[in-house]
Amino acid sequence: MIRLEKRKEPSKFWRIANPFLAVLLTMIAGGMMFAALGKDPVAAIRLIFFDPIFSETFASYSRPQLLIKSAPLILIAVGLAIGFKANIWNIGAEGQYIIGALFGAGVALAFFPAPGWHIFPLMVIAGAFGGFLWAMIPAILKTRFNTNEILVSLLLVYVAERILAAMALGLMRNPDQPGFPGSRDLRRYEAAYNAEIFAGTGIHWGVVAAMIAVIFAYVMMTRHMLGYHVQLAGQAPRAARFGGVSPARLVVICLGISGALAGLAGMFEVSGPGGQVRIEFASGYGFTAIIVAFLGRLNPFGIVLAGLLLGLTYIGGELSQMMLQIPGAAIQVFQGMLLFFLLALDFQTNYRIRLTKGARA
Amino acid sequence: MILGSINPAVLIAALMVAATPILLAAIGELVVEKAGVLNLGVEGMMIMGACLGFIVAVNTGSPVLGFIGAALGGMALSLLFALLTQALMTNQVASGLALTLFGLGLTALLGQQYVGVTPPRTPRLDLGPLSDIPFLGRAFFSHDIVIYLTIALVAAVWWFLKYSRAGMILRAVGENHDAAHALGYHVKRVRTFAIMFGGACAGLGGAYLSLIRVPQWTEGMTVGAGWIALALVVFASWRPWRAMAGAYLFGGVVVLQLNLQAAGVRIPVEYLSMSPYLITIAVLVFISSGKARASSNAPGSLNRPFHASN
Repeated sequence: MIRLEKRKEPSKFWRIANPFLAVLLTMIAGGMMFAALGKDPVAAIRLIFFDPIFSETFASYSRPQLLIKSAPLILIAVGLAIGFKANIWNIGAEGQYIIGALFGAGVALAFFPAPGWHIFPLMVIAGAFGGFLWAMIPAILKTRFNTNEILVSLLLVYVAERILAAMALGLMRNPDQPGFPGSRDLRRYEAAYNAEIFAGTGIHWGVVAAMIAVIFAYVMMTRHMLGYHVQLAGQAPRAARFGGVSPARLVVICLGISGALAGLAGMFEVSGPGGQVRIEFASGYGFTAIIVAFLGRLNPFGIVLAGLLLGLTYIGGELSQMMLQIPGAAIQVFQGMLLFFLLALDFQTNYRIRLTKGARA
Repeated sequence: MILGSINPAVLIAALMVAATPILLAAIGELVVEKAGVLNLGVEGMMIMGACLGFIVAVNTGSPVLGFIGAALGGMALSLLFALLTQALMTNQVASGLALTLFGLGLTALLGQQYVGVTPPRTPRLDLGPLSDIPFLGRAFFSHDIVIYLTIALVAAVWWFLKYSRAGMILRAVGENHDAAHALGYHVKRVRTFAIMFGGACAGLGGAYLSLIRVPQWTEGMTVGAGWIALALVVFASWRPWRAMAGAYLFGGVVVLQLNLQAAGVRIPVEYLSMSPYLITIAVLVFISSGKARASSNAPGSLNRPFHASN
């Protein structure tokens, strides 16, 4: 007989080992999937996980891309992780990302074509504020009316997508090219362009912001009272309430932080790599960031590693699409599998498998 | 006159078509939640049903086989969720999200060659003279069989939960799993069956979208229908007939919005098409803040993992 025994304390070893094991299992299962698609599994896995960094032919293009793709993931996931720790589930980061981008781009387009150093900082503030506002909708509905924040934040993603389309086709459309949907290209507007800080590295202001957010989140979670309250509310909600932690305040803070960070990510994207407000601007970073948060064990530094890995799958996905004609959707399957394996493996973090001989059980 | 150009009988008929996919998914999820499990993967199971149902129907030429395939596909995905949450005791919220992300990716991959293909037509049910009644015939008696079967399913679920012994066990498991376990019921077995039922229903709902309502396959075609179904369960405060009323109400909003688009109202399409989501949120707020708190009717063990300590 196989029997499960709950561990007195979660195993530290498996907590750290599981993400690595999950990646390995995903590579194996992913390889099987590629084989089923009629592609060479080893070549495909190599192309996704190794070639973007190590291959001589691709690395010059894809190394800088790695930071460009990972920065928004890390920025969003760091914020989400704080909420997840407190059992506050903001799964609508994609919507906050879109609204942040629209606010940031809105400021830029309002100033166009004026020069000035103050424009970009204003865009940063507007982007964070936009994401914050959009996250406040589920937060306030939750605290005032006890409405489920999971459903509201998610449904607002669809609303945000439609606002994005309306903006790209209407208010923010480039007046100089009325035949095309989409706004002016912010990369051609110097005061608003989120350019590379060091040429050829992919490091733009979003990468810097992600690093600051990681350190800020780490200090908050380990050194600050607020971090303690978040952990307490997640692990022992009753004790937290008796200890004077206001659940409503936590909801507002957690959703506010994650919304503002997602908004920032959107703003840095639209003013840099994305370039303009377009209908297809949103690329699912807000959802992938959920996987990043879990894979990074809700720990800021873990999230950096997880963000880099998933950023890698984006680039590797593009490469494998180009080189092996592997459909782009395969990467989405990959990311989903990764979360599945991680969740399944975490079972051994909390439980111990005991083999017992039949009758004595 | 804009509203004058909308025929009420056609409107009611279209409303029933728009409501059915969400109702199917919601009635399945209702049973799952009654058993104490929160499966946030409805969207993923729905799109799986939409995709597999479409593929099977196109390849066999039979919509019936398509619907069966869709139910099996949704169920297969839900079994994965059952394995994770029931056997491996994972967090239900995270597992449900994983199901949705995985389902959206997998179907985008599987359905690639089917974009732009036309599925076999599902025939209208021949109700003879009933369909010829003025107004009523057009509104209520000129549909495909799935719409009527869905209503029958709502009735069956209502009866099952209220009067059958198995339904009472399911409710006991959902209300208080420790007590149910102490009475000798198999909490995990009951929950696994409930999850499978929910998966099959979500799959059917998805197939209704791709085979009848749209009827086409496009990537991510459920656009939030699964999440709206989840909201509908809350709106219905876990009562089957209320779920049906809610779905029809929602179908009405969708159809009206589409009609306004077609009639060329001076509101951009993008703003009209967000109305279903906004109305769902508004209704959620209304329900959760009302005096008769809907949440008080929520199953007691909802979203709490069960592990028998002995």
